Amino acid sequence: MNIVVCVKQVPDTWAERTLRPDDSRLDRASVDGVINELDEYAIEEGLRLAEAHGGEVTILTMGPDKASESIRKALSMGADKAVHLLDDGLAGADALQTSAALAAVLGRTGFDLVILGAESTDARMGVLAAMLAERLGVPQVSLASKVEVDGTQLSIHRQTDYGYDKVQASLPAVISVVEKINEPRYPSFKGIMAAKKKPVETLSLADAGVDPAEVGLAAAATEVVSFAKRPPRQAGTIVKDEGDGGAKAAEFLAAQKFI
Amino acid sequence: MAEVLVLAEHSGETVKKVTSELLTLARQFGEPSAVWIGAGAGGGRERLAEFGAAKVYVAEGSEFTDGVVAPAAEVLAALVARTSPAAVLLAATGEGKEIAGRLAVKTGSGVITDATGLTAADGGIVAEQSIFGGAIVVASRVRTGAPIVAVRPNSAAAEPAPAAAEIEPAGVELSDAAKAVRITERVVAERGERPELTEAAIVVSGGRGVGNADNFALIEKLADSLGAAVGASRAATDAGWYPHQFQVGQTGKTVSPQLYLAVGISGAIQHRAGMQTSKTIMVVNKDPEAPIFELADFGVVGDLFQVVPQLTEEVQRRSAN
Repeated sequence: MNIVVCVKQVPDTWAERTLRPDDSRLDRASVDGVINELDEYAIEEGLRLAEAHGGEVTILTMGPDKASESIRKALSMGADKAVHLLDDGLAGADALQTSAALAAVLGRTGFDLVILGAESTDARMGVLAAMLAERLGVPQVSLASKVEVDGTQLSIHRQTDYGYDKVQASLPAVISVVEKINEPRYPSFKGIMAAKKKPVETLSLADAGVDPAEVGLAAAATEVVSFAKRPPRQAGTIVKDEGDGGAKAAEFLAAQKFI
Repeated sequence: MAEVLVLAEHSGETVKKVTSELLTLARQFGEPSAVWIGAGAGGGRERLAEFGAAKVYVAEGSEFTDGVVAPAAEVLAALVARTSPAAVLLAATGEGKEIAGRLAVKTGSGVITDATGLTAADGGIVAEQSIFGGAIVVASRVRTGAPIVAVRPNSAAAEPAPAAAEIEPAGVELSDAAKAVRITERVVAERGERPELTEAAIVVSGGRGVGNADNFALIEKLADSLGAAVGASRAATDAGWYPHQFQVGQTGKTVSPQLYLAVGISGAIQHRAGMQTSKTIMVVNKDPEAPIFELADFGVVGDLFQVVPQLTEEVQRRSAN
Protein backbone atom coordinates (compact mmCIF):
# COMPACT_ATOMS: atom_id res chain seq x y z
CA MET A 1 0.00 0.00 0.00
CA ASN A 2 1.29 3.44 -0.94
CA ILE A 3 0.51 5.61 2.09
CA VAL A 4 1.22 9.34 2.08
CA VAL A 5 0.98 11.23 5.37
CA CYS A 6 0.70 15.00 5.16
CA VAL A 7 2.68 16.68 7.93
CA LYS A 8 2.67 20.35 8.84
CA GLN A 9 5.24 22.07 10.97
CA VAL A 10 3.55 24.47 13.37
CA PRO A 11 4.77 26.83 16.09
CA ASP A 12 4.91 25.16 19.48
CA THR A 13 1.60 25.74 21.23
CA TRP A 14 3.47 26.64 24.41
CA ALA A 15 5.26 29.52 22.70
CA GLU A 16 3.74 32.97 22.33
CA ARG A 17 2.39 32.99 18.80
CA THR A 18 1.78 36.20 16.92
CA LEU A 19 1.18 37.66 13.47
CA ARG A 20 3.71 39.82 11.66
CA PRO A 21 2.67 43.47 11.52
CA ASP A 22 3.69 44.01 7.88
CA ASP A 23 1.79 41.20 6.13
CA SER A 24 -0.38 39.65 8.90
CA ARG A 25 1.27 36.28 8.41
CA LEU A 26 2.12 33.92 11.21
CA ASP A 27 5.54 34.78 12.63
CA ARG A 28 7.20 31.38 12.23
CA ALA A 29 10.79 32.57 12.56
CA SER A 30 10.65 33.61 16.20
CA VAL A 31 9.25 30.38 17.64
CA ASP A 32 10.24 26.74 17.78
CA GLY A 33 8.63 24.57 15.15
CA VAL A 34 7.14 21.18 16.00
CA ILE A 35 5.13 18.57 14.12
CA ASN A 36 1.46 19.47 14.32
CA GLU A 37 0.17 17.30 17.14
CA LEU A 38 -2.59 15.51 15.26
CA ASP A 39 -0.20 14.78 12.40
CA GLU A 40 1.77 12.55 14.78
CA TYR A 41 -1.37 10.43 15.10
CA ALA A 42 -1.64 10.42 11.30
CA ILE A 43 1.97 9.21 10.99
CA GLU A 44 1.36 6.53 13.61
CA GLU A 45 -1.76 5.30 11.81
CA GLY A 46 0.13 5.21 8.50
CA LEU A 47 2.94 3.19 10.08
CA ARG A 48 0.50 0.74 11.67
CA LEU A 49 -1.37 0.21 8.41
CA ALA A 50 1.90 -0.34 6.52
CA GLU A 51 3.05 -2.78 9.20
CA ALA A 52 -0.23 -4.70 9.00
CA HIS A 53 -0.75 -4.67 5.25
CA GLY A 54 2.67 -4.03 3.78
CA GLY A 55 3.64 -0.96 1.82
CA GLU A 56 5.50 2.28 2.21
CA VAL A 57 4.87 5.46 4.16
CA THR A 58 5.84 8.74 2.52
CA ILE A 59 5.81 12.02 4.44
CA LEU A 60 4.58 15.02 2.47
CA THR A 61 5.37 18.45 3.90
CA MET A 62 4.87 21.92 2.50
CA GLY A 63 6.78 24.62 4.31
CA PRO A 64 9.98 26.61 4.66
CA ASP A 65 13.50 25.15 5.10
CA LYS A 66 12.94 24.82 8.80
CA ALA A 67 10.16 22.25 8.21
CA SER A 68 12.89 19.71 7.42
CA GLU A 69 13.22 19.26 11.22
CA SER A 70 9.69 17.90 11.30
CA ILE A 71 10.37 15.71 8.27
CA ARG A 72 13.36 14.16 10.08
CA LYS A 73 11.28 13.48 13.14
CA ALA A 74 8.58 11.80 11.04
CA LEU A 75 11.23 9.67 9.34
CA SER A 76 12.73 8.76 12.70
CA MET A 77 9.31 7.49 13.81
CA GLY A 78 9.59 5.00 10.96
CA ALA A 79 8.34 6.55 7.72
CA ASP A 80 10.28 5.40 4.65
CA LYS A 81 10.83 8.61 2.72
CA ALA A 82 9.67 12.17 2.34
CA VAL A 83 8.74 14.83 -0.15
CA HIS A 84 9.30 18.45 0.82
CA LEU A 85 7.44 21.05 -1.21
CA LEU A 86 9.66 24.06 -0.66
CA ASP A 87 9.25 27.32 -2.53
CA ASP A 88 9.28 30.95 -1.39
CA GLY A 89 6.32 31.49 -3.69
CA LEU A 90 4.16 29.47 -1.30
CA ALA A 91 4.57 31.93 1.58
CA GLY A 92 1.18 33.16 2.73
CA ALA A 93 -0.74 30.45 0.87
CA ASP A 94 -4.32 29.99 2.12
CA ALA A 95 -6.14 26.68 2.49
CA LEU A 96 -7.37 26.63 -1.11
CA GLN A 97 -3.85 27.14 -2.46
CA THR A 98 -2.30 24.71 0.00
CA SER A 99 -4.73 22.00 -1.04
CA ALA A 100 -4.06 22.71 -4.73
CA ALA A 101 -0.29 22.47 -4.25
CA LEU A 102 -0.49 19.29 -2.17
CA ALA A 103 -2.93 17.72 -4.65
CA ALA A 104 -0.45 18.46 -7.45
CA VAL A 105 2.31 16.66 -5.55
CA LEU A 106 0.01 13.74 -4.71
CA GLY A 107 -0.75 13.46 -8.40
CA ARG A 108 2.98 12.92 -8.91
CA THR A 109 3.65 10.53 -6.02
CA GLY A 110 0.46 8.55 -6.49
CA PHE A 111 -1.25 7.07 -3.38
CA ASP A 112 -3.61 4.43 -2.08
CA LEU A 113 -4.23 6.33 1.11
CA VAL A 114 -3.56 9.93 2.11
CA ILE A 115 -3.66 10.49 5.88
CA LEU A 116 -3.83 13.87 7.66
CA GLY A 117 -4.38 15.11 11.19
CA ALA A 118 -7.93 16.49 11.43
CA GLU A 119 -6.68 20.04 12.00
CA SER A 120 -3.53 22.01 12.72
CA THR A 121 -2.89 23.71 16.03
CA ASP A 122 -2.08 27.03 14.34
CA ALA A 123 -4.77 27.70 11.72
CA ARG A 124 -7.27 25.18 13.15
CA MET A 125 -9.44 25.25 10.01
CA GLY A 126 -9.98 21.51 9.70
CA VAL A 127 -10.70 21.74 5.96
CA LEU A 128 -7.65 20.28 4.26
CA ALA A 129 -8.73 16.61 4.09
CA ALA A 130 -12.07 17.66 2.60
CA MET A 131 -10.37 19.96 0.07
CA LEU A 132 -7.85 17.29 -0.96
CA ALA A 133 -10.57 14.66 -1.44
CA GLU A 134 -12.52 17.12 -3.56
CA ARG A 135 -9.51 18.00 -5.69
CA LEU A 136 -8.31 14.41 -6.07
CA GLY A 137 -11.80 13.05 -6.76
CA VAL A 138 -11.49 10.27 -4.19
CA PRO A 139 -13.58 9.36 -1.11
CA GLN A 140 -13.24 11.54 1.98
CA VAL A 141 -13.27 9.50 5.18
CA SER A 142 -12.43 12.13 7.76
CA LEU A 143 -12.46 12.64 11.54
CA ALA A 144 -11.60 8.97 11.98
CA SER A 145 -11.25 7.51 15.46
CA LYS A 146 -10.73 4.01 14.03
CA VAL A 147 -9.52 2.80 10.62
CA GLU A 148 -9.67 -0.70 9.15
CA VAL A 149 -8.46 -1.75 5.72
CA ASP A 150 -9.53 -5.02 4.11
CA GLY A 151 -8.19 -5.35 0.59
CA THR A 152 -9.44 -2.19 -1.10
CA GLN A 153 -12.29 -1.75 1.39
CA LEU A 154 -11.97 0.94 4.03
CA SER A 155 -14.08 1.06 7.21
CA ILE A 156 -13.79 3.88 9.70
CA HIS A 157 -15.48 5.33 12.74
CA ARG A 158 -16.17 8.98 12.03
CA GLN A 159 -16.45 11.08 15.16
CA THR A 160 -19.70 13.05 15.42
CA ASP A 161 -21.32 15.29 18.02
CA TYR A 162 -23.55 12.42 19.13
CA GLY A 163 -20.99 9.61 19.08
CA TYR A 164 -19.72 8.20 15.82
CA ASP A 165 -20.80 7.00 12.39
CA LYS A 166 -19.61 3.76 10.87
CA VAL A 167 -18.48 4.71 7.37
CA GLN A 168 -17.38 2.65 4.39
CA ALA A 169 -15.52 3.53 1.20
CA SER A 170 -12.94 2.03 -1.07
CA LEU A 171 -9.32 2.92 -1.81
CA PRO A 172 -7.80 5.18 -2.93
CA ALA A 173 -9.05 7.63 -0.32
CA VAL A 174 -8.20 10.57 1.93
CA ILE A 175 -8.41 10.03 5.70
CA SER A 176 -8.15 12.50 8.56
CA VAL A 177 -7.66 11.29 12.11
CA VAL A 178 -8.58 12.49 15.60
CA GLU A 179 -6.41 11.85 18.63
CA LYS A 180 -8.56 9.01 19.95
CA ILE A 181 -7.29 6.79 17.13
CA ASN A 182 -3.95 5.68 18.59
CA GLU A 183 -0.97 6.59 20.75
CA PRO A 184 1.91 7.87 18.59
CA ARG A 185 5.26 6.15 19.16
CA TYR A 186 8.42 7.96 20.19
CA PRO A 187 11.35 7.74 17.78
CA SER A 188 13.87 5.12 18.93
CA PHE A 189 17.62 5.78 18.87
CA LYS A 190 17.86 3.33 15.99
CA GLY A 191 15.06 5.17 14.22
CA ILE A 192 16.80 8.51 14.67
CA MET A 193 20.02 7.14 13.20
CA ALA A 194 18.23 5.45 10.30
CA ALA A 195 16.30 8.63 9.48
CA LYS A 196 19.51 10.41 8.53
CA LYS A 197 19.91 8.12 5.53
CA LYS A 198 16.31 8.13 4.33
CA PRO A 199 15.59 9.92 1.06
CA VAL A 200 13.99 13.37 1.10
CA GLU A 201 12.97 14.74 -2.27
CA THR A 202 12.71 18.52 -2.43
CA LEU A 203 10.27 19.93 -4.98
CA SER A 204 9.78 23.48 -6.14
CA LEU A 205 6.44 24.77 -7.41
CA ALA A 206 7.71 24.26 -10.96
CA ASP A 207 8.72 20.67 -10.14
CA ALA A 208 5.21 20.02 -8.81
CA GLY A 209 3.63 21.65 -11.84
CA VAL A 210 1.98 24.49 -9.91
CA ASP A 211 1.70 27.92 -11.52
CA PRO A 212 3.47 30.35 -9.13
CA ALA A 213 0.99 33.07 -10.09
CA GLU A 214 -1.80 31.07 -8.46
CA VAL A 215 -0.27 30.66 -5.02
CA GLY A 216 1.08 32.83 -2.23
CA LEU A 217 -0.17 35.80 -0.29
CA ALA A 218 -0.92 38.03 -3.29
CA ALA A 219 -3.22 35.45 -4.92
CA ALA A 220 -4.91 34.22 -1.73
CA ALA A 221 -8.73 34.13 -1.76
CA THR A 222 -8.89 35.46 1.78
CA GLU A 223 -7.07 38.29 3.52
CA VAL A 224 -6.54 39.62 7.00
CA VAL A 225 -7.95 43.15 7.31
CA SER A 226 -6.59 43.83 10.79
CA PHE A 227 -5.60 42.08 13.99
CA ALA A 228 -5.02 42.96 17.62
CA LYS A 229 -4.15 41.29 20.86
CA ARG A 230 -7.25 40.42 22.83
CA PRO A 231 -7.49 42.84 25.74
CA PRO A 232 -6.79 40.99 28.99
CA ARG A 233 -9.87 39.91 30.90
CA GLN A 234 -10.74 42.05 33.88
CA ALA A 235 -9.51 40.43 37.05
CA GLY A 236 -12.32 38.44 38.58
CA THR A 237 -13.33 37.75 42.14
CA ILE A 238 -11.45 34.86 43.69
CA VAL A 239 -12.61 33.47 47.02
CA LYS A 240 -11.12 30.78 49.21
CA ASP A 241 -13.53 28.07 50.25
CA GLU A 242 -14.22 28.43 53.96
CA GLY A 243 -17.05 25.93 53.88
CA ASP A 244 -19.27 28.32 51.92
CA GLY A 245 -17.49 28.35 48.51
CA GLY A 246 -20.37 26.60 46.73
CA ALA A 247 -22.92 28.99 48.21
CA LYS A 248 -20.82 32.01 47.20
CA ALA A 249 -20.51 30.63 43.68
CA ALA A 250 -24.30 30.25 43.55
CA GLU A 251 -24.67 33.86 44.69
CA PHE A 252 -22.47 34.98 41.82
CA LEU A 253 -24.54 32.94 39.34
CA ALA A 254 -27.74 34.46 40.73
CA ALA A 255 -26.31 37.97 40.54
CA GLN A 256 -25.38 37.32 36.88
CA LYS A 257 -28.93 35.96 36.27
CA PHE A 258 -27.78 32.48 35.34
CA ILE A 259 -30.09 31.05 37.99
CA MET B 1 -31.82 41.70 -2.96
CA ALA B 2 -29.22 38.96 -3.17
CA GLU B 3 -29.83 35.72 -1.39
CA VAL B 4 -27.62 34.49 1.45
CA LEU B 5 -27.52 30.72 1.68
CA VAL B 6 -27.60 29.28 5.20
CA LEU B 7 -27.03 25.57 5.64
CA ALA B 8 -29.53 24.50 8.29
CA GLU B 9 -28.28 22.32 11.14
CA HIS B 10 -31.06 20.13 12.38
CA SER B 11 -31.78 16.94 14.21
CA GLY B 12 -34.82 15.49 12.45
CA GLU B 13 -37.40 18.29 12.43
CA THR B 14 -35.71 20.23 15.21
CA VAL B 15 -33.71 23.22 14.00
CA LYS B 16 -30.58 23.83 16.02
CA LYS B 17 -30.03 27.15 17.71
CA VAL B 18 -26.97 27.99 15.61
CA THR B 19 -29.18 28.09 12.51
CA SER B 20 -31.35 30.84 14.03
CA GLU B 21 -28.12 32.69 14.81
CA LEU B 22 -26.85 32.27 11.23
CA LEU B 23 -30.16 33.46 9.77
CA THR B 24 -29.96 36.53 12.03
CA LEU B 25 -26.41 37.27 10.87
CA ALA B 26 -27.30 36.61 7.23
CA ARG B 27 -29.93 39.36 7.20
CA GLN B 28 -27.15 41.99 7.23
CA PHE B 29 -26.04 40.91 3.78
CA GLY B 30 -29.21 39.98 1.90
CA GLU B 31 -32.27 37.77 2.01
CA PRO B 32 -31.62 34.51 3.87
CA SER B 33 -32.47 31.23 2.18
CA ALA B 34 -32.13 28.12 4.30
CA VAL B 35 -30.74 24.94 2.75
CA TRP B 36 -32.14 21.76 4.29
CA ILE B 37 -30.46 18.42 3.69
CA GLY B 38 -32.53 15.36 4.61
CA ALA B 39 -36.05 14.82 5.90
CA GLY B 40 -38.04 17.02 8.27
CA ALA B 41 -38.10 20.37 6.45
CA GLY B 42 -41.90 20.56 6.82
CA GLY B 43 -41.55 20.41 10.58
CA GLY B 44 -38.56 22.74 10.76
CA ARG B 45 -40.04 25.35 8.41
CA GLU B 46 -41.84 27.36 11.09
CA ARG B 47 -38.63 28.04 12.99
CA LEU B 48 -36.75 29.01 9.80
CA ALA B 49 -39.60 31.39 8.94
CA GLU B 50 -39.47 32.96 12.41
CA PHE B 51 -35.81 33.91 11.93
CA GLY B 52 -36.09 35.32 8.44
CA ALA B 53 -35.67 32.56 5.85
CA ALA B 54 -37.52 33.67 2.71
CA LYS B 55 -36.97 30.28 1.08
CA VAL B 56 -36.04 26.79 2.17
CA TYR B 57 -34.22 24.71 -0.44
CA VAL B 58 -34.74 21.06 0.36
CA ALA B 59 -32.64 18.07 -0.71
CA GLU B 60 -34.48 15.10 0.71
CA GLY B 61 -33.57 11.45 0.30
CA SER B 62 -31.22 8.90 1.79
CA GLU B 63 -28.54 9.55 -0.84
CA PHE B 64 -28.06 13.02 0.67
CA THR B 65 -27.82 11.88 4.29
CA ASP B 66 -26.00 8.55 3.95
CA GLY B 67 -22.92 10.18 2.41
CA VAL B 68 -20.18 12.13 4.13
CA VAL B 69 -19.79 15.88 3.44
CA ALA B 70 -19.68 15.55 -0.37
CA PRO B 71 -23.50 15.47 -0.92
CA ALA B 72 -24.09 18.68 1.07
CA ALA B 73 -21.22 20.36 -0.79
CA GLU B 74 -22.73 19.38 -4.15
CA VAL B 75 -26.17 20.69 -3.17
CA LEU B 76 -24.69 24.00 -2.03
CA ALA B 77 -22.50 24.30 -5.13
CA ALA B 78 -25.54 23.82 -7.38
CA LEU B 79 -27.47 26.45 -5.42
CA VAL B 80 -24.52 28.87 -5.55
CA ALA B 81 -24.44 28.50 -9.34
CA ARG B 82 -28.20 29.03 -9.58
CA THR B 83 -28.70 31.89 -7.10
CA SER B 84 -25.36 33.79 -7.11
CA PRO B 85 -25.66 34.42 -3.38
CA ALA B 86 -24.01 37.26 -1.48
CA ALA B 87 -22.54 34.65 0.87
CA VAL B 88 -22.88 31.10 2.15
CA LEU B 89 -23.01 30.64 5.93
CA LEU B 90 -22.54 27.35 7.75
CA ALA B 91 -22.06 26.32 11.37
CA ALA B 92 -18.41 25.87 12.33
CA THR B 93 -18.84 22.28 13.46
CA GLY B 94 -16.38 19.61 12.32
CA GLU B 95 -18.69 18.64 9.48
CA GLY B 96 -19.81 22.18 8.69
CA LYS B 97 -16.20 23.25 8.16
CA GLU B 98 -15.52 20.27 5.91
CA ILE B 99 -18.56 21.11 3.79
CA ALA B 100 -17.31 24.70 3.59
CA GLY B 101 -13.90 23.45 2.44
CA ARG B 102 -15.26 21.27 -0.35
CA LEU B 103 -17.63 24.00 -1.45
CA ALA B 104 -14.72 26.45 -1.64
CA VAL B 105 -12.82 24.13 -3.99
CA LYS B 106 -15.93 23.60 -6.14
CA THR B 107 -16.74 27.30 -6.46
CA GLY B 108 -13.23 28.77 -6.23
CA SER B 109 -14.45 31.07 -3.47
CA GLY B 110 -12.47 31.95 -0.39
CA VAL B 111 -13.45 30.31 2.88
CA ILE B 112 -13.19 31.53 6.47
CA THR B 113 -13.81 29.19 9.37
CA ASP B 114 -14.55 29.66 13.07
CA ALA B 115 -15.86 33.20 12.71
CA THR B 116 -17.01 34.62 16.04
CA GLY B 117 -18.80 37.56 14.47
CA LEU B 118 -19.79 38.96 11.07
CA THR B 119 -20.23 42.58 10.03
CA ALA B 120 -20.95 44.38 6.79
CA ALA B 121 -18.16 46.70 5.65
CA ASP B 122 -17.45 48.31 2.26
CA GLY B 123 -20.16 46.25 0.64
CA GLY B 124 -18.53 43.04 1.81
CA ILE B 125 -18.41 40.78 4.82
CA VAL B 126 -15.80 41.08 7.53
CA ALA B 127 -15.43 38.07 9.78
CA GLU B 128 -13.99 38.22 13.26
CA GLN B 129 -11.89 35.28 14.43
CA SER B 130 -10.13 34.52 17.66
CA ILE B 131 -6.82 32.73 17.08
CA PHE B 132 -3.84 31.23 18.92
CA GLY B 133 -5.84 30.11 21.90
CA GLY B 134 -7.85 33.32 21.96
CA ALA B 135 -4.78 35.54 22.32
CA ILE B 136 -5.36 37.49 19.09
CA VAL B 137 -8.50 38.81 17.44
CA VAL B 138 -8.41 38.96 13.64
CA ALA B 139 -10.70 40.62 11.12
CA SER B 140 -10.64 38.83 7.75
CA ARG B 141 -12.48 38.99 4.49
CA VAL B 142 -12.88 36.91 1.38
CA ARG B 143 -11.67 38.61 -1.78
CA THR B 144 -12.44 35.90 -4.34
CA GLY B 145 -15.98 34.75 -5.07
CA ALA B 146 -19.03 34.65 -2.82
CA PRO B 147 -17.69 34.40 0.73
CA ILE B 148 -18.09 31.03 2.43
CA VAL B 149 -18.03 31.48 6.18
CA ALA B 150 -18.32 28.87 8.92
CA VAL B 151 -19.53 30.62 12.07
CA ARG B 152 -19.15 29.28 15.59
CA PRO B 153 -22.33 28.60 17.54
CA ASN B 154 -23.15 31.29 20.13
CA SER B 155 -21.50 34.02 18.04
CA ALA B 156 -24.69 36.09 17.80
CA ALA B 157 -28.01 36.42 19.58
CA ALA B 158 -30.82 35.04 17.40
CA GLU B 159 -33.49 37.69 16.75
CA PRO B 160 -36.82 36.88 15.09
CA ALA B 161 -37.78 38.58 11.81
CA PRO B 162 -40.65 36.65 10.25
CA ALA B 163 -40.45 35.66 6.59
CA ALA B 164 -42.23 33.23 4.27
CA ALA B 165 -39.88 30.21 4.37
CA GLU B 166 -41.31 28.88 1.13
CA ILE B 167 -40.22 25.36 0.49
CA GLU B 168 -38.55 24.72 -2.84
CA PRO B 169 -36.91 21.46 -3.95
CA ALA B 170 -33.16 21.93 -4.40
CA GLY B 171 -33.42 19.80 -7.54
CA VAL B 172 -29.90 18.43 -7.36
CA GLU B 173 -28.78 15.09 -8.84
CA LEU B 174 -25.79 13.79 -6.93
CA SER B 175 -22.72 12.64 -8.83
CA ASP B 176 -21.48 9.06 -8.36
CA ALA B 177 -18.41 10.49 -6.61
CA ALA B 178 -20.62 12.01 -3.90
CA LYS B 179 -22.14 8.58 -3.27
CA ALA B 180 -18.78 6.83 -2.92
CA VAL B 181 -18.74 7.07 0.88
CA ARG B 182 -21.60 5.47 2.85
CA ILE B 183 -22.62 5.76 6.46
CA THR B 184 -23.71 2.26 7.44
CA GLU B 185 -24.63 2.94 11.06
CA ARG B 186 -24.96 5.89 13.43
CA VAL B 187 -23.83 5.11 16.95
CA VAL B 188 -25.27 7.46 19.55
CA ALA B 189 -23.44 7.77 22.86
CA GLU B 190 -25.83 7.69 25.81
CA ARG B 191 -25.61 11.11 27.37
CA GLY B 192 -29.13 11.84 28.53
CA GLU B 193 -31.04 14.92 27.46
CA ARG B 194 -28.29 17.46 27.82
CA PRO B 195 -27.83 20.21 25.24
CA GLU B 196 -25.16 19.78 22.61
CA LEU B 197 -21.73 20.89 23.76
CA THR B 198 -21.01 23.53 21.10
CA GLU B 199 -24.57 24.91 21.19
CA ALA B 200 -25.11 25.05 24.94
CA ALA B 201 -25.55 28.38 26.73
CA ILE B 202 -23.85 26.89 29.79
CA VAL B 203 -21.03 24.34 29.82
CA VAL B 204 -19.66 22.59 32.92
CA SER B 205 -16.30 20.90 32.33
CA GLY B 206 -14.28 18.60 34.52
CA GLY B 207 -10.56 17.95 34.43
CA ARG B 208 -7.78 16.05 36.12
CA GLY B 209 -8.96 17.15 39.55
CA VAL B 210 -12.14 15.11 39.13
CA GLY B 211 -9.97 12.05 39.72
CA ASN B 212 -11.88 9.24 38.00
CA ALA B 213 -14.78 8.36 35.72
CA ASP B 214 -17.28 7.79 38.54
CA ASN B 215 -16.67 11.25 39.96
CA PHE B 216 -17.85 12.77 36.67
CA ALA B 217 -21.34 12.15 38.07
CA LEU B 218 -20.67 15.25 40.22
CA ILE B 219 -20.00 17.30 37.10
CA GLU B 220 -23.08 15.91 35.37
CA LYS B 221 -25.26 16.66 38.38
CA LEU B 222 -24.09 20.27 38.49
CA ALA B 223 -24.60 20.54 34.71
CA ASP B 224 -28.12 19.16 34.99
CA SER B 225 -29.01 21.62 37.75
CA LEU B 226 -28.08 24.42 35.32
CA GLY B 227 -29.44 22.83 32.13
CA ALA B 228 -25.86 22.77 30.89
CA ALA B 229 -23.77 20.57 28.63
CA VAL B 230 -20.86 18.61 30.06
CA GLY B 231 -17.33 19.00 28.77
CA ALA B 232 -13.99 17.54 29.79
CA SER B 233 -10.36 18.53 29.58
CA ARG B 234 -7.93 16.48 27.55
CA ALA B 235 -6.44 15.04 30.75
CA ALA B 236 -9.86 13.62 31.59
CA THR B 237 -10.65 12.24 28.12
CA ASP B 238 -7.14 10.80 27.68
CA ALA B 239 -7.56 9.02 31.00
CA GLY B 240 -10.81 7.54 29.71
CA TRP B 241 -12.95 9.23 32.39
CA TYR B 242 -15.25 10.87 29.86
CA PRO B 243 -15.89 10.21 26.13
CA HIS B 244 -13.55 11.87 23.72
CA GLN B 245 -16.20 13.76 21.77
CA PHE B 246 -16.80 15.95 24.84
CA GLN B 247 -13.22 17.18 24.98
CA VAL B 248 -12.94 20.97 25.09
CA GLY B 249 -9.64 22.32 23.82
CA GLN B 250 -7.25 22.75 20.98
CA THR B 251 -7.60 19.21 19.65
CA GLY B 252 -11.25 18.93 20.66
CA LYS B 253 -14.31 21.19 20.64
CA THR B 254 -14.23 24.94 20.81
CA VAL B 255 -17.08 26.35 22.85
CA SER B 256 -18.25 29.90 23.38
CA PRO B 257 -21.10 29.70 25.88
CA GLN B 258 -22.62 32.45 28.04
CA LEU B 259 -21.21 30.68 31.08
CA TYR B 260 -18.32 28.23 31.32
CA LEU B 261 -17.56 26.43 34.58
CA ALA B 262 -14.12 24.85 34.75
CA VAL B 263 -13.91 22.34 37.58
CA GLY B 264 -10.60 20.74 38.52
CA ILE B 265 -8.98 22.08 35.33
CA SER B 266 -5.60 23.79 35.58
CA GLY B 267 -6.03 25.76 32.35
CA ALA B 268 -3.15 24.76 30.08
CA ILE B 269 -3.06 26.65 26.77
CA GLN B 270 -4.54 23.57 25.02
CA HIS B 271 -7.67 23.87 27.14
CA ARG B 272 -7.88 27.65 26.99
CA ALA B 273 -7.88 27.49 23.21
CA GLY B 274 -11.23 25.74 23.42
CA MET B 275 -13.05 28.01 25.86
CA GLN B 276 -11.38 31.40 26.08
CA THR B 277 -14.13 33.19 24.16
CA SER B 278 -16.77 32.16 26.72
CA LYS B 279 -18.64 35.23 27.98
CA THR B 280 -18.47 34.48 31.71
CA ILE B 281 -16.02 32.02 33.25
CA MET B 282 -16.26 30.40 36.68
CA VAL B 283 -13.50 28.27 38.15
CA VAL B 284 -13.31 25.75 40.97
CA ASN B 285 -9.79 24.51 41.68
CA LYS B 286 -7.83 23.66 44.79
CA ASP B 287 -4.60 25.16 43.43
CA PRO B 288 -4.64 28.96 43.78
CA GLU B 289 -1.75 29.14 41.28
CA ALA B 290 -3.66 27.34 38.48
CA PRO B 291 -3.48 29.49 35.32
CA ILE B 292 -7.22 29.03 34.74
CA PHE B 293 -7.84 31.59 37.52
CA GLU B 294 -6.41 34.27 35.18
CA LEU B 295 -9.55 33.84 33.08
CA ALA B 296 -12.02 33.60 35.94
CA ASP B 297 -14.78 36.14 36.45
CA PHE B 298 -15.46 34.23 39.63
CA GLY B 299 -13.20 31.61 41.16
CA VAL B 300 -13.34 29.40 44.20
CA VAL B 301 -10.08 28.07 45.59
CA GLY B 302 -11.13 24.87 47.26
CA ASP B 303 -11.79 21.16 47.13
CA LEU B 304 -14.21 20.47 44.29
CA PHE B 305 -15.69 17.55 46.24
CA GLN B 306 -16.88 20.07 48.84
CA VAL B 307 -17.64 23.03 46.60
CA VAL B 308 -19.44 21.35 43.68
CA PRO B 309 -22.08 19.43 45.70
CA GLN B 310 -22.82 22.57 47.71
CA LEU B 311 -23.10 24.64 44.53
CA THR B 312 -25.37 22.03 42.92
CA GLU B 313 -27.63 21.95 45.96
CA GLU B 314 -27.77 25.73 46.12
CA VAL B 315 -28.59 26.01 42.40
CA GLN B 316 -31.35 23.43 42.79
CA ARG B 317 -32.74 25.24 45.84
CA ARG B 318 -32.74 28.63 44.14
CA SER B 319 -34.21 27.24 40.91
CA ALA B 320 -37.02 25.54 42.86
CA ASN B 321 -38.10 28.84 44.42
